[in-house]
Amino acid sequence: MTDIEVGEHLYRFPGGLRLRHHKQVACRAPLERLPMPDALWIPLRQHQGPPGEPIVEAGETVLTGQPLTRAADDRQVPVHASTSGRIRGLVEGPAYWPPGTTAPCIVLEPDGHDRWIDAEDPPGRDEEADSLIRRLRAGGLAGLGGAMFPTAAKLRGDWPEIHTLILNGSECEPYISCDEMLMRERPGAILEGGRILARALGAREVVIGIEDQMGAVRRAFDAAAKEHDPDGICRVVQVTTIYPEGGEKQLIQVLTGREVPHDGLPQDLGLVCLNVATAAAARDIVVEDRPVVERIVTISGPGIAEPCNRIVRLGTPVRALIESAGGTSGDVDRVVVGGPMSGLPLASVDAPVVKGTNCILVLREQDVRRIQPVMPCINCGECVRVCPASLLPQQLFHALRSDRLEDAADLDLFDCIECGCCAHVCPSHIPLVDYYRSGKGLLRARGAEEARAARARARHEAREQREAQRAAERRRRREQRERGLDSPDGARDEVRAAVERARRTARNDPEDDS
Amino acid sequence: MRLSLAGPPHFPPINTVGGVMRQVLYALVPGILAHAWFFGPGIFIQIGLATGMALALEAAMLKARGRPLRPFLGDCSAVVTAVLFALSVPPLAPWWIALTGMIFAIVIAKHLYGGLGYNLFNPAMVGFAAVIIAFPFDLSQWLAPRQLSAGLPGVLESLQAVFTGRLPASMQWDAITQATPLDALKTGVAENRLVTEIREAPIFGDFGGLGWEWIANFYALGGLWLLYRRVISWHVPVAVIATVVAVSTPMWLAGPDINPSPAQHLFSGALILGAFFIATDPVSGCATMRGRLVFGAGVAVLTLAIRRFGAYPDGVAFAILLMNMAAPAIDRLTRPRTYGHAR
Repeated sequence: MTDIEVGEHLYRFPGGLRLRHHKQVACRAPLERLPMPDALWIPLRQHQGPPGEPIVEAGETVLTGQPLTRAADDRQVPVHASTSGRIRGLVEGPAYWPPGTTAPCIVLEPDGHDRWIDAEDPPGRDEEADSLIRRLRAGGLAGLGGAMFPTAAKLRGDWPEIHTLILNGSECEPYISCDEMLMRERPGAILEGGRILARALGAREVVIGIEDQMGAVRRAFDAAAKEHDPDGICRVVQVTTIYPEGGEKQLIQVLTGREVPHDGLPQDLGLVCLNVATAAAARDIVVEDRPVVERIVTISGPGIAEPCNRIVRLGTPVRALIESAGGTSGDVDRVVVGGPMSGLPLASVDAPVVKGTNCILVLREQDVRRIQPVMPCINCGECVRVCPASLLPQQLFHALRSDRLEDAADLDLFDCIECGCCAHVCPSHIPLVDYYRSGKGLLRARGAEEARAARARARHEAREQREAQRAAERRRRREQRERGLDSPDGARDEVRAAVERARRTARNDPEDDS
Repeated sequence: MRLSLAGPPHFPPINTVGGVMRQVLYALVPGILAHAWFFGPGIFIQIGLATGMALALEAAMLKARGRPLRPFLGDCSAVVTAVLFALSVPPLAPWWIALTGMIFAIVIAKHLYGGLGYNLFNPAMVGFAAVIIAFPFDLSQWLAPRQLSAGLPGVLESLQAVFTGRLPASMQWDAITQATPLDALKTGVAENRLVTEIREAPIFGDFGGLGWEWIANFYALGGLWLLYRRVISWHVPVAVIATVVAVSTPMWLAGPDINPSPAQHLFSGALILGAFFIATDPVSGCATMRGRLVFGAGVAVLTLAIRRFGAYPDGVAFAILLMNMAAPAIDRLTRPRTYGHAR
């Protein structure tokens, strides 16, 4: 696998869209820290995987950076107190997704002093991989690009040698500019974090993929390289801005010309792909012993009065972010977490900022108004042209609409990355991504149902087998007895044994007759 | 604040079905104007007739099927069908040609198959096939182009001809109609005359038929604009034209006396119109890019075969209908390799 070159040549991925990126609107405003809100709602689960177990009690006072949950393995990620203050309790708070649901949150009342917990481990950079990964896990690191995948689970596992770490700095979606802001403000932290992560992986090289229009970012990295990357293992590569080139699979394809196997991982190619913000957070954990308690969030969209980027403590309600950006303007239709192409709608602005909240996008009624009703598919093939996974979106749609789930699975429904390109170009305005999401959900539910049914069937079959064995055993014994009765000696013995049994029973002898 | 929970993507698509269809209509304008220049104003009457009937039939069928009128009449798909049909029939064809054609196109080929998006066959070509089979004589009454005509009929004369079947006393059918170049070629070759000799007739122009070749040029112009606007992809027109050239060139080089030149093939009949406007019909065509190449190549081969061996002078309509049948299978066989899957 060492023959893979990363970023030496740039490749094209099929399909994709050139979108107006609308990033400057939020980048023009200076990066400021959001004032501390009255209460922080810190969800226990801010990663893909089971939540950690809470280790604080209501009424307890905590310091900034103090762990609030405990993680048992690499798939779990602890959360930390985003500031110092008093724990009000563990309650159900508004969840991000699915909209309208709740999730357990620890409510923290800030005391206004923001006192940090004392460093447990002495800060250091030259550690062994395992101890680095342990610290990153304890620091609550999960993918800050949005997916919130537990970073530790990406850093160690059962795969061949990792040769290159790719840091993803190409936010493909319009409006989102938190990573660009971070790369301009803290290029050194990203370089250092990339080096730390590369050491944890045993990777020789770090390739930072940014968009071709980010000239300022490239200069910032170049200026920081001398101090923060003295032996030059980090390399910045500018890729063509075509949505969704910031998707992990697409960025790998652009940089290497190789595809991640559909049933595999980037690690199978000797690659690991992490977001630049994850790298900066890794540096803060290892060098400064500061766990993940804050992140940069873009607050933008045509429905925001003063678009900007803010440094936000985790657990801050989205409402506070919108207020700090001058509030809304116009008739707000929806608030989206993420970008306009694949971001998810929020049911309530009371939902808190979590580790994966990269952007709060506010859209007005006129931005989302449909100019035509949903029409039948005219098979125009635009969706086929733009699909970066080379699927046949219109055939998937036909299969799902007529409930042919197996056909949809055969058309590789699960390889859909839900980038939204197909729905964006559909002249019939069919909500294609909704169909794919629901189809995946139904197939997963069916898979779970089938697994349950298979377990029940296995149990049932095992019981039948046991019963059959028992019946066979009984039959064998009966036959043996019957054979015994056939011979005169046997019959006499049998009678004698029966008399003996009867006597014993009469004497209430506890000895068994068998 | 009540928030909408609609799923992504959040901005509405820019394209609409009506928008796509209207751009196709705009792209046909140069060809239509050229047609009117060479063959008189009859084409406008045919377009008006076919469009009116198509919209009326579309509305009736939508009502019968309980579908909303406004979005489906506004999508302009029936207008595109009507215009493509009108461009395929002689300018002075009687009014019931358009009626018959539109009944087959809109009622049978489109709505009885499920309406917009569900028709297996291109409606305009179904309508055309129906009338050319049913009324071969009326469909052969093409006018002589302006340069060869004793006098092109004007608007009133054309109206009279279309609605009454009679010309004003000053005009004679025989004087204003003429065999099309493809007709002339077909009959000429059947009479064992040489192609070079047949082509000396005045109805032939520089590459194709006189007048026809210019109309084809203007269709191509509109088609290039559709390509530029990304309303159609390059695959079908390129496959049609390249296959016509690739198949007819060696035959022409081998036997120039019995086989027309590639240019003659391209610039006569409905080939250019078909390549850019009819074979690119999304509903009845292929959706995969490789499938479109196969589809276009099939249209070209079948057209040449029908022109050479068939009973009709031109074969574009039948070639497209035959390939329509194959389109679903072609799409299945040319499915692209999904990201991350082995070849």
